[in-house]
Amino acid sequence: MKSFKNHFSLVIALVSILFSIQIFAIVDRTMDAYKENLANNYSIIIISQKKLQDKEIIDVNDLIKSVTELSADNVIERLNSGITEKNKELLKLTLPKFYKLTLTEYPSPKQIEKLRENLLKIKSITKIEDFSHNHDTTYKLLVLFKTVVFVFALVVFVVTTLLIFKELRIWQFKHNERMSIMALFGAPIWLRSAVLFRLAIVDAIIAGVITFGLFVYIASEPLIIEQFENLSINIIIFDIVNDAVTLFSASITLSIILALMIVIGHKEEV
Amino acid sequence: MDKVIVAQDLSLSYSNNETIINKANFSIDSGSFIFITGASGSGKSTLLKSLYGSLKAKQGSLIVGGVELRGVTTSKLNFLRRHIGIVFQDYKLVKEWTIEKNIMLPLIINGYEKGVTQNQVDSLLKHVRLKHQAGKYPLELSGGEQQRVAMARALAHNPILILADEPTGNLDDYSSQLIWNLLEGANEQLNTTVIVVTHNIPRNLNVDYKHYNIEYGSIHEVL
Repeated sequence: MKSFKNHFSLVIALVSILFSIQIFAIVDRTMDAYKENLANNYSIIIISQKKLQDKEIIDVNDLIKSVTELSADNVIERLNSGITEKNKELLKLTLPKFYKLTLTEYPSPKQIEKLRENLLKIKSITKIEDFSHNHDTTYKLLVLFKTVVFVFALVVFVVTTLLIFKELRIWQFKHNERMSIMALFGAPIWLRSAVLFRLAIVDAIIAGVITFGLFVYIASEPLIIEQFENLSINIIIFDIVNDAVTLFSASITLSIILALMIVIGHKEEV
Repeated sequence: MDKVIVAQDLSLSYSNNETIINKANFSIDSGSFIFITGASGSGKSTLLKSLYGSLKAKQGSLIVGGVELRGVTTSKLNFLRRHIGIVFQDYKLVKEWTIEKNIMLPLIINGYEKGVTQNQVDSLLKHVRLKHQAGKYPLELSGGEQQRVAMARALAHNPILILADEPTGNLDDYSSQLIWNLLEGANEQLNTTVIVVTHNIPRNLNVDYKHYNIEYGSIHEVL
């Protein structure tokens, strides 16, 4: 019970920090996946008076991923009211060319504006349809979501920092006396701090294991998976290797920093 | 005879600059048994603190075990402290350690082997009549028992010098007698220098001792 109490407070503080780190990783991945979805579903239509080479268009701006020429057949079919085949061919030649551009990422309004300017430098392009109204609304929603996440991150950072400092004070109080007594008997600093570092590393590992278990469970929970599927987002909620390494490294680094701060701040009682 | 402590024009004060000990000159022979007395607030404990390096001299020189304590480096101070046994008025036991581990502390610091450490601790626990309490924590013991643990810890590594601050201050006769016996034994059998700060010198002591008194910042030998 005594040993459990010794570990409990730091483990709880560390778990909450690790939990926040992993949540941010998931949110970040979700945002990236969502942006990729948006980019895949978003395209710009350009109309040119003459036929253009794909490369000619792609070279205009790095944002352009691919160019697809749209067939004029559908338009002509709709006009099909007794037009002869010969006239149809003639009409095809006189109609402007339509191109659909897909982009490498979901652009900001500024990027669209720049893209528009660059495309208009090609003299034959007469019209660009960028669906800017729909785009603006979606983009603003994305920016809002990002801002909310940033504010949330800031709040969690402040709260966890306070938690760590509170923990630091408790540890200073708890370990100062023992370290002072050991100093009075000539213990070198590494020996005085050994218990502290051992406790810090053990607590970091316990916190890492708890968080690891928690996210392995969350990642396999059907309800959570279903939520992501509903958004057509396919992400790795918890990467058993990379995320585990990140969590354990963060946990051990944090507790070692905590222990170091205590050792540095330690003053021998007189 | 070798001198274990040499003080020359030693002045001690705390941060408020009030001089507690003023230009004291004294030396203590190796293997001697010393009592330091004085009224409350006269500077007995302050002098003791300076002897284990917790309080730096304001002026003058203080050499303990061949180490000049004015401007001493941390590593030299640690080295000196490994050869000193200290008994504090408030015991200063590590609360989260068993009494067995508390007694082991100086042996661990001095790098004794595990087997030697365990034998030494067992023997000391027997001497202080606490063998049956080895696994208990300090707060589970009475004041007298805690002071006996502190005494065992001070003797564990066979130090060259024992500094004891009011070691029997609030103890019953039984615990007091045990403590005096241990100090006498260390002095007689191991030639350990013993310096005891106290209000009352016990009458039934079996060793020759010197008595110093502190008054108005000066240290005088009482003949």
